[in-house]
Amino acid sequence: MRRSFAPWANPDAKPLIRFENVTKRFGESTAVDHLSLDIFEGEFFCLLGPSGCGKTTLMRMLAGFETPTEGTITLGDQNLAGVPPYRRPVNMMFQSYALFPHMSVEKNIAFGLKQDGMPKDQIADRVGEMLRLVQLEKLARRYPSQLSGGQRQRVALARALAKKPKVLLLDEPLGALDKKLREETQFELMDIQHDLHMTFVVVTHDQEEAMTMADRIAVMDHGRIVQVATPGEIYEQPKTRFIAEFVGDVNIIEGHVQGQENGLWRVKTSSAEVPLTIDDPDEVLHSGQPVAIAVRPEKMVIQRDPPGPGAINVLTGEVWDIGYLGDWTVYRVKLATGEILRVTRANASRFVESPIEWDEQVYVTFAPDAAVILAE
Amino acid sequence: MTMRRLSVFNVTSLVIGFAFLYLPILLLVIYSFNASRLVTVWGGFSTQWYGALFRNEALMEAAWVTLRVALLSATLATVLGTLAALALTRYGRFPGRTLFTGMVYAPMVMPEVITGLSLLLFFVAVDFDRGFWTITLAHTTLTMCFVTVVVQSRLMTFDRSLEEAAMDLGAPPLRTFFSVTLPLIAPSIVAGFLLAFTLSMDDLVIASFNTGPGATTLPIKIYSAVRLGLSPEVNAASALLIGIVTLGVISATLISKRSVMRSRRNAH
Repeated sequence: MRRSFAPWANPDAKPLIRFENVTKRFGESTAVDHLSLDIFEGEFFCLLGPSGCGKTTLMRMLAGFETPTEGTITLGDQNLAGVPPYRRPVNMMFQSYALFPHMSVEKNIAFGLKQDGMPKDQIADRVGEMLRLVQLEKLARRYPSQLSGGQRQRVALARALAKKPKVLLLDEPLGALDKKLREETQFELMDIQHDLHMTFVVVTHDQEEAMTMADRIAVMDHGRIVQVATPGEIYEQPKTRFIAEFVGDVNIIEGHVQGQENGLWRVKTSSAEVPLTIDDPDEVLHSGQPVAIAVRPEKMVIQRDPPGPGAINVLTGEVWDIGYLGDWTVYRVKLATGEILRVTRANASRFVESPIEWDEQVYVTFAPDAAVILAE
Repeated sequence: MTMRRLSVFNVTSLVIGFAFLYLPILLLVIYSFNASRLVTVWGGFSTQWYGALFRNEALMEAAWVTLRVALLSATLATVLGTLAALALTRYGRFPGRTLFTGMVYAPMVMPEVITGLSLLLFFVAVDFDRGFWTITLAHTTLTMCFVTVVVQSRLMTFDRSLEEAAMDLGAPPLRTFFSVTLPLIAPSIVAGFLLAFTLSMDDLVIASFNTGPGATTLPIKIYSAVRLGLSPEVNAASALLIGIVTLGVISATLISKRSVMRSRRNAH
């Protein structure tokens, strides 16, 4: 039940956080490279990328633990240059949680409020409110060493939220939790963010996590942002091969542009006899240009019977592997060229009369608009 | 790791090893309860020498000096040693760091005679009257490095994100240090203090180089008393000294062990 929320699409909207041409170098290596980014108030924003891509450095610059080598970061109307971490209206939930081991749960949560000089009774109220929010009322007097991983995560969240920061930074917030708990917590985080109308910036290397929670995702690689878009756009219209491969599974077929017919691109590849037909009108390409065609596994159809004459985008091969995942079955199909395609099929019915078997000759097809052309 | 069964060989080597280390001390403690005035002849159990010890003003005076020197030098060494440990772990690779590390640790391996002698030469050179203060300063020099070692090993396992979290929540650096860093490294500081205290208590060599009129420490007193002939009172004084030192070392070990275990538990 998410409201339609897209301030980034509104040219008049003023961003809350603004990175302008920010660079961070550590000695010889460049962690963040001339990066510009706008994050809007109320957004659940994810920085996604492989380890070492600079996402953590970017977050630490926002928190004030690192100083940009070049460029400016503004929060609201405030230029953050020279503002120490303890004077920024930003709080962070650390990957290690960083709970103070010598303080009880309530003391941990009260720590930030105490620094602000809040009166004692107000601190107590606020701590109580936070404990209720993360459902830890009964554990207020416990020490971090007496808590489970999930409980610690909640304390860390409550502590970071207690001061009602303008922006909450979360560094791999679910990294230390097991799969089941992680999924539950994802939705909880989304609910909390929604209820508090707060801006969340999450750093993660887990694309599933980013896809589930974020309003927008910034995919980073080598200190640069490769694409900023909604999860749906990132998945369905990846800008580069790196994104297509990093977010979700994808089949890449390499080829050369042959030309355009009726607004559809024709791409010649060694994988299929007939040139492939791709409906990706936004791309501007020229004949002979090398391109990569990206097709998600679930958008490919696998069948035993040869498709009728005039069928387009037909690839033939044999079944190399079958993985049954319960909800899905994954087929790995080996083409004559040696390429392996990954095709998934939803197991919509419980019984299939004659299922496709190992080593069988099969046809894999996909619709022209199922594919994306990525310029090489 | 499972406990291996003790073989005859193991038990024998254990007994011999411990006997080698502790038999003389055990003998001293036993003879401090000797009723006889002759140190080497057992004349039955008695605590009379402990009584005599407390009535011996010269010995009591020496004990009092030792205690004051130990407390003061251990306090100084703890402050300086902790600061050195912080500098060594926190300020990354500043130029001359290796040299500094080596220089901090040098007194640990330096022959005490040399430390004592060089300090004496220094005090003479700057025309500093030898006595209580020179011993105290000399002991600070000797024990500071032990504090540094203990505190540094704790700081190396210290999770810096705890300090970042404190700052992130609005605590300026100094407040962060006192509300987060210090409470967490306090056990190692206490352990370092106890170690420094006991080292100062039982030091003879450096103290005798730097002593002066009116500043005779217990080890010096015992040593000179024994040169005039063994006395059961000295046995009693030594036994007490051993007791205090043992207590200090054991508590230092327990405290630092507990703090390491706690920090490990929290890391999981």
